[in-house]
Amino acid sequence: MDLDKEKSQQPEERNTQSRRTILKALAGIPVLGLFAYELIEKKSYFKKTKPNLIKELGLEDIEVPNKIPSAAKGDLLRIGMIGFGNRAAQLASGLGFLHPDDMENRRKNGRLDDWLAQESLNVAVTGICDVFDLNAEKGLATAGNKVLSGGAKHSGLLVKRYRTYQEMLADDSIDAVFVATPDHHHARITTDAVKAGKHVYCEKSICLTEDELHEVYNAVKSSDRVFQLGHQITQNVVFQQAKKLMKKNILGKITLIETTTNRNTASGAWIRDIDENGNPKPGSLKTIDWDQWLGNSPKVPFSTDRFYNWTKFFAYDTGMLGQLFSHEYDAVNQLLRIGIPKSAVASGGIYFWKDNRDMPDTLQTVFEYPDRDLTLMYSASLASSYQRGRVFMGRDASMNLGGSLSITANYDSKKYEQKIKDGIIDTNRPMLTISPGTGSIDAVSSATEKYYSSRGLTSTVVNGRTVDVTHLHIKEWIDCIRNGGETSDNIERAFEEGITILMAQKSYVEKRRVEWDPVQRKIV
Amino acid sequence: MTENRTFTNLQLTSLVFLRLLIGWHLLYEGISKLMIPGWSSSGFLRESQWIMSGIAKWIISNDGVLNTVDFLNTWGLIAIGLGLIVGLCTRISAISGALLLLIYYFNNAPIIGIEYSVPSEGNYLIISKTLIEAAALFVLAVFPTGSVIGLDVLVARFKNKKNKKGL
Repeated sequence: MDLDKEKSQQPEERNTQSRRTILKALAGIPVLGLFAYELIEKKSYFKKTKPNLIKELGLEDIEVPNKIPSAAKGDLLRIGMIGFGNRAAQLASGLGFLHPDDMENRRKNGRLDDWLAQESLNVAVTGICDVFDLNAEKGLATAGNKVLSGGAKHSGLLVKRYRTYQEMLADDSIDAVFVATPDHHHARITTDAVKAGKHVYCEKSICLTEDELHEVYNAVKSSDRVFQLGHQITQNVVFQQAKKLMKKNILGKITLIETTTNRNTASGAWIRDIDENGNPKPGSLKTIDWDQWLGNSPKVPFSTDRFYNWTKFFAYDTGMLGQLFSHEYDAVNQLLRIGIPKSAVASGGIYFWKDNRDMPDTLQTVFEYPDRDLTLMYSASLASSYQRGRVFMGRDASMNLGGSLSITANYDSKKYEQKIKDGIIDTNRPMLTISPGTGSIDAVSSATEKYYSSRGLTSTVVNGRTVDVTHLHIKEWIDCIRNGGETSDNIERAFEEGITILMAQKSYVEKRRVEWDPVQRKIV
Repeated sequence: MTENRTFTNLQLTSLVFLRLLIGWHLLYEGISKLMIPGWSSSGFLRESQWIMSGIAKWIISNDGVLNTVDFLNTWGLIAIGLGLIVGLCTRISAISGALLLLIYYFNNAPIIGIEYSVPSEGNYLIISKTLIEAAALFVLAVFPTGSVIGLDVLVARFKNKKNKKGL
């Protein structure tokens, strides 16, 4: 009996044991089931909140791009650079050329890789023209550097120094020129260059007077050469998204746009004749062709103050209006095509940087566009760096547009009333942000306002890589030279901007409200 | 793995519970990366400082490498998460999970003097939750439970049978 019992128990026990083992082996499966259930729950919750807003706002097609289209293919373009100061060095960098010293600096601060990854535009800088020997030598060394961005091979063409820009324009071996001189030369050189058959990339601002603006406008209009004004905000990834957002009317009716400048340093106030160690920067009549530098401006004795700090003087530019408001205006005009205002009023003064300057360090300017029910404001300070944005104020929401973009709904918006009530939109924080660094468009629940306060004028981020927006702006110009098409900042945009700036400048200088006469095409 | 037999029930339950928690977390981290359209590790790698910053920069600078890293990261997390939950290849899952978390940690370590532009969600001094999770996975690798509770039981059985047949 006992033996029988044992025999009959053994397989049963074995079975129980094996069943227990199987249960133990599969213990994780129910957890997996619970996980799957929760995942589906979360997805359906998400559908109820976040994608709904993006969907309802019609923004599903708006994504931050993760690739830059390749540059147009074409023959080697031979480029001359007129003026080779700091800005020209940045332009050369955007073209694919760096001075060996700048290359070393970039290596030290870890920014060289981004530059090396910049696409080659298949160009050769073959001419440098600067009235200052030191700058010209820097230009020659930059153009001659054998290490180019995008792994390109140096053309091997010789780089020539031209003593005058006329000499360079007369040389048929130059296809296109950059104008990066002080502003009082811009219009004249651009006019002459286009007439000499060169394509022109001219730094802002385009002119100092209405006469030269009309002249350069007519010259470019009557030629087939490609012109680009040196702004670069349009090339910022975020800006492209802002354009699409504007079309979707997310903000409601926009009646006020506030643009600002917030600087607080000597260099920011254009005191630049002293180096970082407090020593005067080099330059004398021996090394600078002063007469050529003055050009058509009034004859005055040489001074390094004027040579380095020219922005301070109205003989050479229009101060903050030409240097900084030009970018602000361009951003707004590219987005909304506001054109020339009906009227402008500017007021301000020299309240902090009390040196020999003409330009105010505090300036408020108001432009009226009654046909569009719109006011454009520009408020600038060179004595406080409290960061104010570039804000498009609408009836339903406002957009702050800089290096990143954020849209915040108005608490009393009719359009978003229900969503605000439902808690889908929180008016205390942005309902929508686009930060190129995060690579995605964020709405509501995860709207993490990133701390990118830059105005979007230096670089943008594409798929985690920092890309120089100046490079993109130059690339657009070169693409148009090779393939045709219109540049973002063509001569029409430049004309609108030029007039708008001159209106504000005239208003400030003459202390009165000025208007644009569209029939006579002049400021009155 | 005979050492498992020495666990008391409470020890075993605690270890399996920890394994499930971490598995759940890593699995969701992986799946959420799949769910975010156009997700890329580039944002995280851009922030990288300290000893891993060189490698991080190299990864970002090369699209092919970046895509590979993204793929391995996402699917690696999913595989490790699944492995930990169902108890399959438990030890390998735990060790790879610990290594992966250490890589995250070294890219984003709260070392004194290093500041990140994106604020962290807690307050850390050298030790972060990521490091603690890596350490916990190391513990799970040293005390593997998959061959007691998990599919590793069946794997071991299958192997045993095969061995016996072979004999």
